Amino acid sequence: MLWKLIREDRGGQILLAMLLLAIIAVPLLNGLPSDHPLHIPTYTVALLGKYLTLALLALSVDLVWGYLGILTLGHGAFFALGGYVMGMYLMRQIGERGVYGHPELPDFMVFLSYDSLPWYWLGFDSFWFTVIMVMLVPGVLAFVFGALAFRSRVSGVYLSIITQALTFALMLAFFRNEMGFGGNNGLTDFKDILGFSLQSRETRLGLFIASAVALMLGYLLSRYIIQSRLGRVCVAVRDAESRARFLGYRVENVKLWVFTLSAMMAGVAGALYVPQVGIINPNEFSPLNSIEVVVWVAVGGRATLYGAVVGALLINYAKTWFTTELPEVWLFALGAIFILVTLLLPRGVTGLLRRKEAV
Amino acid sequence: MKQMKRKLVTASCTLALSIAAITAQAADTIKVGVLHSLSGTMAISETTLKDTMLMLIEEQNKKGGLLGMQLEAVVVDPASDWPLFAERARELLERDKVAAIFGAWTSVSRKSVLPVVEELNGLLFYPVQYEGEESSRNVFYTGAAPNQQAIPAVDYLMNELGIERWVLAGTDYVYPRTTNRILEAYLKSHGVAEEDILINYTPFGHSDWQTIVSDIRSFGSAGKKTAVVSTINGDANVPFYRELGAQGVSAEDIPVIAFSVGEEELSGIDAAPLVGHLAAWNYFMSVDTEENDAFIDQWHAFIGNTDRVTNDPMEAHYIGFNMWVEAVNKAGTTDPSAVQEAIIGVTVPNLTGGYAAMMPNHHITKPVLIGEIQADGQFETVWRTPSTVVGDAWSDFLEGSKDIISDWRKPLECGNYNVVTKTCSGQTF
Amino acid sequence: MTSRIIRWLLASGVLLACLAVSAGIQAQTDDQVLLEVQALLVSPNAPDKTVAIERLAQADHPRALEIYALLLDSKLYFNRADDFLYVIDNVVEGAPALALLSQETSLIERRRDYRRVAINNAQRTQIRRVMAQTGLNHERMEVRVGAVQQLMGDLDQDALTLIREAYVSETHGRVRDLMAVALAIDTLTSGDEAAQRDAISVLGGSLEPRGRVALVRYVEATDQPRLKTLAEQALVGIDQQVRFYKGLETVFFGLSMGSVLVLAAIGLAITFGVMGVINMAHGELIMIGAYTTFVIQQLMPNHIGLSVLVAVPAAFIVSGLVGIAIERGVIRFLYGRPLETLLATFGVSLVLQQAVRSIFSPLNRSVQTPEWMSGMLHFNPVFAVTWNRLYIILFCLMVFFLLLLILKRTALGLQVRAVSQNRAMARAMGVRSERVDMMTFGLGSGVAGIAGVALSQLTNVGPNLGQAYIIDSFMVVVFGGVGNIWGTLVAGMTLGVANKLMEPWAGAVLAKILVLVFIILFIQKRPRGLFPQRGRAAEG
Repeated sequence: MLWKLIREDRGGQILLAMLLLAIIAVPLLNGLPSDHPLHIPTYTVALLGKYLTLALLALSVDLVWGYLGILTLGHGAFFALGGYVMGMYLMRQIGERGVYGHPELPDFMVFLSYDSLPWYWLGFDSFWFTVIMVMLVPGVLAFVFGALAFRSRVSGVYLSIITQALTFALMLAFFRNEMGFGGNNGLTDFKDILGFSLQSRETRLGLFIASAVALMLGYLLSRYIIQSRLGRVCVAVRDAESRARFLGYRVENVKLWVFTLSAMMAGVAGALYVPQVGIINPNEFSPLNSIEVVVWVAVGGRATLYGAVVGALLINYAKTWFTTELPEVWLFALGAIFILVTLLLPRGVTGLLRRKEAV
Repeated sequence: MKQMKRKLVTASCTLALSIAAITAQAADTIKVGVLHSLSGTMAISETTLKDTMLMLIEEQNKKGGLLGMQLEAVVVDPASDWPLFAERARELLERDKVAAIFGAWTSVSRKSVLPVVEELNGLLFYPVQYEGEESSRNVFYTGAAPNQQAIPAVDYLMNELGIERWVLAGTDYVYPRTTNRILEAYLKSHGVAEEDILINYTPFGHSDWQTIVSDIRSFGSAGKKTAVVSTINGDANVPFYRELGAQGVSAEDIPVIAFSVGEEELSGIDAAPLVGHLAAWNYFMSVDTEENDAFIDQWHAFIGNTDRVTNDPMEAHYIGFNMWVEAVNKAGTTDPSAVQEAIIGVTVPNLTGGYAAMMPNHHITKPVLIGEIQADGQFETVWRTPSTVVGDAWSDFLEGSKDIISDWRKPLECGNYNVVTKTCSGQTF
Repeated sequence: MTSRIIRWLLASGVLLACLAVSAGIQAQTDDQVLLEVQALLVSPNAPDKTVAIERLAQADHPRALEIYALLLDSKLYFNRADDFLYVIDNVVEGAPALALLSQETSLIERRRDYRRVAINNAQRTQIRRVMAQTGLNHERMEVRVGAVQQLMGDLDQDALTLIREAYVSETHGRVRDLMAVALAIDTLTSGDEAAQRDAISVLGGSLEPRGRVALVRYVEATDQPRLKTLAEQALVGIDQQVRFYKGLETVFFGLSMGSVLVLAAIGLAITFGVMGVINMAHGELIMIGAYTTFVIQQLMPNHIGLSVLVAVPAAFIVSGLVGIAIERGVIRFLYGRPLETLLATFGVSLVLQQAVRSIFSPLNRSVQTPEWMSGMLHFNPVFAVTWNRLYIILFCLMVFFLLLLILKRTALGLQVRAVSQNRAMARAMGVRSERVDMMTFGLGSGVAGIAGVALSQLTNVGPNLGQAYIIDSFMVVVFGGVGNIWGTLVAGMTLGVANKLMEPWAGAVLAKILVLVFIILFIQKRPRGLFPQRGRAAEG
């Protein structure tokens, strides 16, 4: 049944195989003694884990951009919301180990003289509640936003701009200290997750594997959607919205469901991202971040799913490399990639490898 | 199709391998990490500090290095991206095995790096004035704590200028929030009434100040001498000062005292309309001492431009670096734990004609200087504390932290020890 | 304003000094005073300088005004070697230093030898008060107003006597009113009942904040119930007027913020609205305009007033050329794929930002405000608007109508509209659509450059300048309706005023969030903005 999903998807097969390989190989190589040439240091594990969560975010963007034709410039918002939900759980786990030693309130609340937890912080001491909220919060926002936008047939450029307005407004809101999310400093100084110390090697490996599994599941789910009837309608909507409408399809509903699902995927990505980088801050809502994600997808190859993953990994790896080796050149390089890919590689780098197959 | 598969596999393998690749390490140098943003929004302030560090390291190498070895700067760019700060710090400590990190500017970047240096037992020298309420075994705060900047500044305004009405204007983030809370408590303890304090917060990069400056003007026209205490950050300052100038708010009517505006910020503003407005720092470029003249000459020679200014965070790096060098010499090793122990009590000259000592709470002693802006973008010192002030990690004016002290010497070894409950909360490692 | 006063005083001071020297009056004692003053000013103790300023005033020294002006302009230095005072314009090696006493010029050998004679705010106030006493009889009305206000800062008997004397001969209404207020403030505390009654009515008819403060204090202190009621009534009347003018001020602030938004967005209204190109590098084109202003000021440092005027066409050309280069190099390959242009131009914006960082350093650059743009236009004591904002509103309207004229009345405009409505048809009619695209994009980019000139007068000139305006610009264009530059004008002004109306009670951040949420909801209601394009073009 699973095989059916990727039978015709060579790129996907390779991708899933690589991920499986990574899940097995990375812990093994990490276990090698540190002077062994093939040893992978723990910080690289965390780095790889971070890349995988970003790849999942790119995947969710490709789902709506590649298959629905909605150029979303605000998917970073769903990612950040998922991250904040996870951050709230992690903050609650600190317990008495905060600098002020308050049993319940996070440090920044003690400092801002809160007497008790705000109502929206309740429940986040439970992991399963958090897991549900990680998907529910971005999902509900996407549903409400999508319901409004798609029903009134906001489309194309207008939709792009208001998704940008959405994430921008959220960024400004989360910067406000009155919001109760730590303002500019965000949530940080996490100690442990499910009782495991975030600093231990095992937890990092665990998070890496969780990210890889999430990416695989996200990939299979996305394949499932685009192979289903819904997926075919999606492509129809992307290519000729009016025609699909006249044929009797409820275009708004199709868009709404896929958009919501994609937002939930982005939320999961954010939730896995936060424990691995150790901080969540309103900057994650910045419109620039969301635009960057779209570029990862474009670089990898739009509407291929695995292209989004390849693009995200490539660009982030390039970013890490450039900002270490040639900091001054990084923006030039990134800018040049944007321009050259859109001009010369409309099908992305994976398009170079693909034969002329039907998309 | 097969060909494509092979290509993809090769590509991904190269990628994975090059990530894992470990750079060869030379054993005959001591590595010093420089963690300042060279791109993104913070590059504007942090690039200068990177250059300062390179200059200090070069100078030390000319003097024969440290422990008979040459120093080597490892410069990385966290690109004004907070998670990237943590990632880069980890890289510096785990991969490059640096002996110390000099870096970070914003509070959030320090907060992001903090768990990493604590986990890997690194050393971080943080050179910028900050909000306090923190003391870590692994961090040395060479910038000012609130009691080394804000409180003396308010004292000056109250006693020397007779200010009775206060506008506390800041950017909405943790440094202004904390500073203003401390100042509010401090002013009230000095008998200032609630209605004589106006607190206002604006977002980062706020550019339209018309309403707020007009509010300040009307607040100041109530017949009592009024001053503005500004913790407005970075980019928002230029439009703020321009609007002040445009609406004719002169320093003689309503002086503005700033904690985040230094020589470098002023070099991007036409300072003529700002003459007489104030700033509180622990260093001014105009300070007339031999050490400072030498430092400025050295900086101009290093950067190759005699128009470049020096500022307070640069002095903080100068002090912090010299303290670290001293402590390494004292300990005879760069091992972080040994250096942590050795550095407490180390005293080095500062640039304003005195000495800075590292205190047990990992803050240093600093003189507080109040300066007035001159038309050429420099400050003239109009007042300074008679002696140096010890940095206080936990403010005495905040409810939550007045009972907390910090002392990293044995046997206490605690950054937040509550003297009432006799417990050390927080850091358990 | 102040600099004008200073310049006049300086001129008259120099004149007086020349007269004094040529007449040779009391040369010996004067030198004695000057020597004393020199010794005091060179001292590192601030109180000594206060004494020096007072000494000059007491001695009524002919060069007093000259020295005051030098101190205010911080052009007075002393040499650490000989402790003499020197007048120096610019402390660099090789520049001339004029000895204050001997009037001999020497050249600066080491700039570290010279230290500025710095005065503090209290001393500045002291100097201005001394200068105000002579300013009361000045021929220019503004100087007299400034002098009265300076004296009102601390109304002692000397000041009151001076004002009383000047009041008799004063003819100008505004100065007389101000003097009357000053005298009434005094009468409130010292006069008899009838005099106090008159004083209350004088103060009640004035909006001068100091007068209001005096009334408030009077209400608190007086024991005469009838006069107290009168004063309270006067206060109610004042407060009502103040509220009205505050409202007026808020609207002005809104319009001025709106005009900045319109300026930033109007170039986009052309490239995005008319051509359908999503140009994410629009903000950087604004930035280039601002940097052009900076460069022009560097090229003509002695003509700051003129430089801003020169910068307008220069910025238009520079940004326009950069825009044309972007169009030729990138965008023309992407017509009909608006979302791809978004990505490519985003890349362009990153490259431009980093280029500016590499060329001009990441530091902000200082752009000066010309004299004719500084200062305020006073309507009354509580309502005044700043000249720079006023000019920018006017400038915005000028640019807008010029653009409207180009689009509606020129051949280029006709072709632009033709191409934007139906490219194929326009080409069939012989319009060279490629050239039109290029010109249109150049026009939009050039207008962005002009906006940069205006913004350089308000905010940072740095690599991040463009980023700060790009989102706002898109909001304005989308809210107004793509393809309609009237929509952009109305939308920008509406958003500006709405923002400013909300700011007093919601705070700056919340106001901005509310505006964004409002736009999002508005687009749901009217997906094509305030002024939607109609017809087939809209479906494209």
